[in-house]
Amino acid sequence: MRPEYLFYLLVFPGLLFTGTLGLVVGCVDRKVSARFQFRVGPPFLQNFNDFFKLLGKETIITKEAVASLFISAPFIAFSMIVLVSAMIGTAMFFGVSFGGDVIVVMYLLMLYSVMVILGGACTGNVYSSIGAGREIKLLLADELAFILVLLVPIVKSGYVLSLDGILAAQQDGLFIGSASGIIAFIVGILCIQAKMTLTPFDIPEAETEIVDGPFMEYSGPPLAFWKLSHLMMWVTFPFLLILLFWGGFNLSGLGILWAILKYLLIVVVMIIIKNTNPRVRIDTALNFFWKYATPLALIALILAVLGA
Amino acid sequence: MGWYNKRLAKSIWVFHVSASPCNNCDIEILDLLTPRYDLERFGIKLVGSIRHADVLLVSGIFNQKVGPRVQQIYQQAPKPCFVVGIGTCPASGCCFKDSYNISKNIKDIIPINLYIPGCPPKPENMIAGIVKLVEVLNA
Ligand code: SF4
Repeated sequence: MRPEYLFYLLVFPGLLFTGTLGLVVGCVDRKVSARFQFRVGPPFLQNFNDFFKLLGKETIITKEAVASLFISAPFIAFSMIVLVSAMIGTAMFFGVSFGGDVIVVMYLLMLYSVMVILGGACTGNVYSSIGAGREIKLLLADELAFILVLLVPIVKSGYVLSLDGILAAQQDGLFIGSASGIIAFIVGILCIQAKMTLTPFDIPEAETEIVDGPFMEYSGPPLAFWKLSHLMMWVTFPFLLILLFWGGFNLSGLGILWAILKYLLIVVVMIIIKNTNPRVRIDTALNFFWKYATPLALIALILAVLGA
Repeated sequence: MGWYNKRLAKSIWVFHVSASPCNNCDIEILDLLTPRYDLERFGIKLVGSIRHADVLLVSGIFNQKVGPRVQQIYQQAPKPCFVVGIGTCPASGCCFKDSYNISKNIKDIIPINLYIPGCPPKPENMIAGIVKLVEVLNA
């Protein structure tokens, strides 16, 4: 292994960068949400305070819980997200990638959900189990649409399976500019909303009915890492979409401004969807994804195969 | 632990324990959490699970049925954890103080760190009380 890979993983596109940016963007989310409700909102570094506070709290393991799984689930999930963000980041900023890493990204993102399900189901708490069950249903709802969305740029770039190759294929014409690209991009944003369990699809966490679902019994550092990995997704998913459809980032000169704008645009669209929609029922979510989102993604895929 | 206490003071997650009140205090607590008073300015957030809580807001007189449950809830909270008694009820029993069913010694059930008197206290009053807690943590 080359030493710079460790740097990629732990510092720049990986742990430190994504973690910090995630905590900052989480603050932006809370601030904008507060403005939607005519509030002032928390101070800017609120999420850092929350994170460090949780690190110092007591960790309680319930008597019924499978202790090893209960403790390891948040950390495994966290390392999945770090890995994914490092892979997306290195492909985007350094052009380092390997054949087939889109598939690895898909798997790692699914493993995160699996860890949420395992961590929630092993606590011995009824609400956590309900939350875990709902997470499975939500995974069934959004996964197919998400995979179809990821297939569109693969097809459009001439069946290249590496993030790097997809980026290179967009040198002459961004994928978002084509009919199939824009459809897949929009469905992709909706899938992300479900994958991050943001409000219209926050069915597994549902604070007001099943009290945070899978995370209910977690306290202290494990909870801190659940929160951190959730916030890091605010970075990982928009970056993935930008890489696949919007030509990545060009970090020279004014390109930095354009890069920040692109990123913020996706984040703000997600926050707006989150704040203007009530939570849907689980059957509504399944209906929505299986009847509307997946066929749309399929149409986008067919269009892509036909070359539109 | 000065640095850690400062973080704690800036991010207080509250859990609402209703220990047989007359319900007015609960309504005022809910008022406190509305956008009008916007407690998120101070980093205060209402959480639904006791495992996430830093501060328990207890209201009411702790009657004999509820007393052991409140104790259980307190034991389930991860420490450090503070207890704020909302209203005159936890402080002195208020108008229920001669009732047959109240717990005689609330202090034996849970240690209350801060009392906010009033029947019921206004939301402004509660904010003033919580700011006192924050000041103690910051000192
Ligand atoms: S303090 Fe007064 S308002 Fe509050 S619960 Fe007791 S009697 Fe009701």
